[in-house]
Amino acid sequence: MSIRVENLKKNFGSFVAVDDVSFEVESGSLVALLGPSGSGKSTILRILAGLESPDSGRVWFDGKEATRVHARSRAIGFVFQHYALFRHLTVAQNIAFGLDVRGVMPDVSATRVGELLELVGLAGLGNRYPSQLSGGQRQRVALARALAPAPRLLLLDEPFGAVDAKVREELRQWLRKLHDEVGVTSIFVTHDQDEAFSVSDRVLVIHRGRLEQLGSPREILDEPATEFVARFVGEVNVFPAHAEGGLAKVGAIESEIQHGPTDGAIQFVVRSYDLKFWREDPGVATVERVVILGDRVRVHAHLDDAGPLVAQFPRRSSLLRGIEVGCRIQVQVTTGRAYPGADLRQPGLSIRPAPFP
Amino acid sequence: MPKADRLRRLESPAEGLTLIEAESGERFSIGEAPQRVAPLSMTPAAPERVERERAVGKVVLLVLVLGYLGFVLLAPLGSLLLATWELGMAEVLKAVSEPLALDALATSGLLVLAAVGVNAVVGTFGAVALVRHRFFGRSFVNALCDLPLAVSPVMIGLAFILLVGRDGVMSPVLDAIGLKLVFTFWGMLLATLFVTLPYTVREVAYVLEEIGTDEEEAAITLGASPWQTFFRVTLPNVRVALGYGVLMAAARCLGEFGAVLVLGGSISGQTQTATTFIHDSIEERHLPAAYGMAVLLAVCSVVLLLSLEWMKQRQAAARHRSRSATEDEATP
Repeated sequence: MSIRVENLKKNFGSFVAVDDVSFEVESGSLVALLGPSGSGKSTILRILAGLESPDSGRVWFDGKEATRVHARSRAIGFVFQHYALFRHLTVAQNIAFGLDVRGVMPDVSATRVGELLELVGLAGLGNRYPSQLSGGQRQRVALARALAPAPRLLLLDEPFGAVDAKVREELRQWLRKLHDEVGVTSIFVTHDQDEAFSVSDRVLVIHRGRLEQLGSPREILDEPATEFVARFVGEVNVFPAHAEGGLAKVGAIESEIQHGPTDGAIQFVVRSYDLKFWREDPGVATVERVVILGDRVRVHAHLDDAGPLVAQFPRRSSLLRGIEVGCRIQVQVTTGRAYPGADLRQPGLSIRPAPFP
Repeated sequence: MPKADRLRRLESPAEGLTLIEAESGERFSIGEAPQRVAPLSMTPAAPERVERERAVGKVVLLVLVLGYLGFVLLAPLGSLLLATWELGMAEVLKAVSEPLALDALATSGLLVLAAVGVNAVVGTFGAVALVRHRFFGRSFVNALCDLPLAVSPVMIGLAFILLVGRDGVMSPVLDAIGLKLVFTFWGMLLATLFVTLPYTVREVAYVLEEIGTDEEEAAITLGASPWQTFFRVTLPNVRVALGYGVLMAAARCLGEFGAVLVLGGSISGQTQTATTFIHDSIEERHLPAAYGMAVLLAVCSVVLLLSLEWMKQRQAAARHRSRSATEDEATP
């Protein structure tokens, strides 16, 4: 089912949860709503499900307006973060619920439940109660239950937020595989960028109730449309700087601006992996810390007349040769993007690493 | 390094004490704010003495508590049973099987049944309205539900007489439809419903609050109508709490005296309940009837008490289920 959302707005008291959001989702795609907690992404999902009604704006399903359609008539499957399984019903009864309330004949519903148990890999567990299952198994039951009435759209609210890291990774891959098999249009909410990028076809980045960017994972990563997106995905350095003729001046270094305004006050954003270092005296920076993160190494340095700088390299990178705490280095920015609105009222230039590594 | 890592737990069974030793050699006793304590080598209390002090403390505490409970709870019941026994079981049995006694029992029984039925419905829907819906004056209504617990039943009876009595505010309406409440069964039912109101509402509201709205929302997205959601999801989730609340209400109703006396008037064979029957029998010095009925009520209370215990255990089990249903486990 294709979805079109126009100028969606929703306030909770004085809190603006969704602020003029519009987007379209193609039929059959798997889309992630990515944003920090409290950004309004769950509210958008609940409006799509009909569990909340928007203050203004419209929702269209397959070209038909569905803004005022009741949640139970939308033919949507919803998967809750904490599963929301019916605790007094068995796994099979849970999955059959959506069929039973629609008056599907018991034998038809039993066949469907069998198929779904098979699909989610829980065949033989139909007579268990939810309390007898692990977190990962419960989430699969929740998915099977949502899929049972053959929904036109599957909505998942932080589906893997409540399970531990290892199970989460398995469930992600499993969800992607399941989506490719079933083919139902799916939208899931997550605050985890790895999850958004590894599972979805398209990502909507939401911040403070607004849609910051809609694009493929590659577009979001390589061509962040706003400063927020640039900061939110991956580890970045943000330099309030002054640009002149396509060059950004940051401390002792001058870098070419690959994208964005070429003159005036800017925020110059450089990903931690878009930097090159080499040992050089006097150089422009001092190495302060070297942290080994498994297959990667993070180097914290202090850029003269500017501030802290973070860079990441593969563990065996030749760029790391000779880099040690206390040594002087030369720094080169390989890719830097400029966004308008640097705050130059602050005396001196400050460099802030991204709040979301 | 976290502080706990620096501390080494020392088990010293010889001293009968557990101490924590820091790397610095300072020792802290568990449960106290870290402060310097006298080194163990000075004069540790003899282990036998510590043991003895503990044993004595335990005995004193148990004697006090059990003695108090025995005096307040069990002794009256015991003396009732003893007095009944002394009167002679045959005479007591005869007294409580007289028509007037049976009428009083039947009246009490009917009141309990009616109160249970009405409270089950009102309690459930009242709790749903209070917990699941937001409306003007909600917190006021919420507080109002506890009113019957706070005010004296005799006062309630009086208030109802002023409302529905011969010169009461509502008397024109009641006269018009030909309903007489004062000194009738219906009046007593009204008083009973008032005093038993909080039990089911509170129990059900608490559980509704605790389980949240996720399951109900899941049912709606799966296509369930409001009634299907209520009967298939909400009601099964609160049924243990509902049973518990209803039993509490039944126990309260069975023991109610003041309100039913004022509104019912304790007319023999008509509005006399088990409790007012006991009161009247004592007034008339008809002791076998009074004692016999009291023992019967005590037996009913014990049965209700046991049912409550059973319900409590079921509720605890259900809570445990609901907790583990939202807990997260490591295995896929």
